[in-house]
Amino acid sequence: MSALTFRLKGEPDQRIDCSSLVPDHLAKRSTADIEKLPVGTTRRGLRAGDLFEISGDDASDIRFEGGSARLDRIGESMSGGSIRVSGDAGFRAGRLMRGGQLMVEGSVGDLCGSGLQGGRIRVKGDCGARLGGPDAGEMKGMGNGVIRVSGNAGERAGDRMRRGVILIDGDCAKDAASRMIAGTMIVGGRTHGAPGRLMKRGSLFLMGGAERFTATFIDAGVHDLLILTLMARELEATIGDIPFDGAPMRKISGDTAVLGLGEIYLPA
Amino acid sequence: MPLIELAATINGVRIDDDFAEAFPMHGTAIQITAATEEWAVESARKMTGFATSVIACGCEGGIDHVVPASRTRDGRPGVRVLLFAMDRKSLAGQLGTRLGQCVLTAPSTACYADFCSDKEIELGSAIRYFADGFQVSKKFGDRHYWRMPVMEGEFVCEAMTGYTDEGVGGGNLLIMAANAANALKASEAAAEAMRAIEDVILPFPGGIVRSGSKLGGKYPGMMASSNDAYCPTLKGATQSKLDDDIGSVLEIVIDGLSAKAVSEAMAAGIKAICDLGPDEGALRIGAGNYGGGLGPHHFRLKELLP
Repeated sequence: MSALTFRLKGEPDQRIDCSSLVPDHLAKRSTADIEKLPVGTTRRGLRAGDLFEISGDDASDIRFEGGSARLDRIGESMSGGSIRVSGDAGFRAGRLMRGGQLMVEGSVGDLCGSGLQGGRIRVKGDCGARLGGPDAGEMKGMGNGVIRVSGNAGERAGDRMRRGVILIDGDCAKDAASRMIAGTMIVGGRTHGAPGRLMKRGSLFLMGGAERFTATFIDAGVHDLLILTLMARELEATIGDIPFDGAPMRKISGDTAVLGLGEIYLPA
Repeated sequence: MPLIELAATINGVRIDDDFAEAFPMHGTAIQITAATEEWAVESARKMTGFATSVIACGCEGGIDHVVPASRTRDGRPGVRVLLFAMDRKSLAGQLGTRLGQCVLTAPSTACYADFCSDKEIELGSAIRYFADGFQVSKKFGDRHYWRMPVMEGEFVCEAMTGYTDEGVGGGNLLIMAANAANALKASEAAAEAMRAIEDVILPFPGGIVRSGSKLGGKYPGMMASSNDAYCPTLKGATQSKLDDDIGSVLEIVIDGLSAKAVSEAMAAGIKAICDLGPDEGALRIGAGNYGGGLGPHHFRLKELLP
């Protein structure tokens, strides 16, 4: 068997809904069936075969060759298998994923990993706003799983995050981890705005420092905590290099404007 | 009365044609780490103190082995502790109270699950409320930890640990020698060899029992009483199982997470006693049983010979 491959014929002239092109939905479907799946978002009724050259037969290993910022909802709700995008992806990549792996070699739009419940998302480029956050009207962001973004992240990454791990190697736009409920978020670069605003619990590692904190965060001093070593060792084993090694770090407690059990760690 | 038949004589040590009768137990394993090996061992010793026999202690426990820093979860020196009880509820109860009193309280310690199983009992989850609302749940990868703020800093403990209901308690060897000094020397050699086997503990002090027991007794309410058949001073006064040349008997009791581990430990002990020989050590090796009708595990000495 060879990977089920969607080779983009050209830049789409409309936004494309790729939510049906996931392993769960394509297993046991013939190429002819897959070509008929609707992917358009306008009245023209665009189908997968109009946009992609489709080859291969292993639906548990899906490839998008040639990406586009207009390819939305890639990997949405998938529960297993893998999807690899050789290029950019649009909005909501990996939203509501429950398992499996999504790898995007380019950048992604807003709401990547929104409401993630399991599995792993890896973005080699940048990502848009609300990484792992809730969609409009939802009360909780990601509930489990792992997201790693090698580049920079947009505003409010980790908004209302409930559980899981987000690792951003680059910088983070303003208000990261806003309204965080719990979970772990690590930012390797600089964080802008006021990170952790209204966070209740959870751990936020800001290795490149922050622009500022709101007055409701309290400096708790430098601590040599075993959990930092455990996290460093176990995260390194599961998601690769991380920007801290278990050495003592400065702890900032907050946000005392709400529950106040959150913690922000800065290099000592 | 006729003595127990002879199965073999190895290096001058007589081996009884008899068997150890052992019982099913629920068992679990945890790893305790600390800033130094001494503190890890200290905490483990406290935790497994007064844990020699379920008859009076509620559980049986001991140190399986010291774990080098390179093999522990957090890169610090550690020990592996095993705990056994008759059922899941009492195992969980004993684990929780001993964890709370002897590991949580010990400087620099942390505690992790060290037995993989779908069947789990609470570890840190059992004592997290000590943190009075400031406990922090941390999940990453497949692990779930509780972080409990304490005066020293923070106590980290994995939430759950696995347990087995296929553990075995009461594997044993009876080590019979001309005198107490020789019995002790042979027993020490056997205990040292048995400690090298993984997944077993020797729950009594130093791994050795001088007051082996039989079930019941002449007085009402006694669950166990002195094993008079193996008391050398009672030769002639009771139905002794001792030969004329035996002047002292010690016992080693073995609990294991599996029957295979107990069997391997008994074999290692027999070999060590035989290697020492009768001049400095034991003249005879036997095993304790209740006729075979009570415990489902029968470890026959002649099947464990070196």
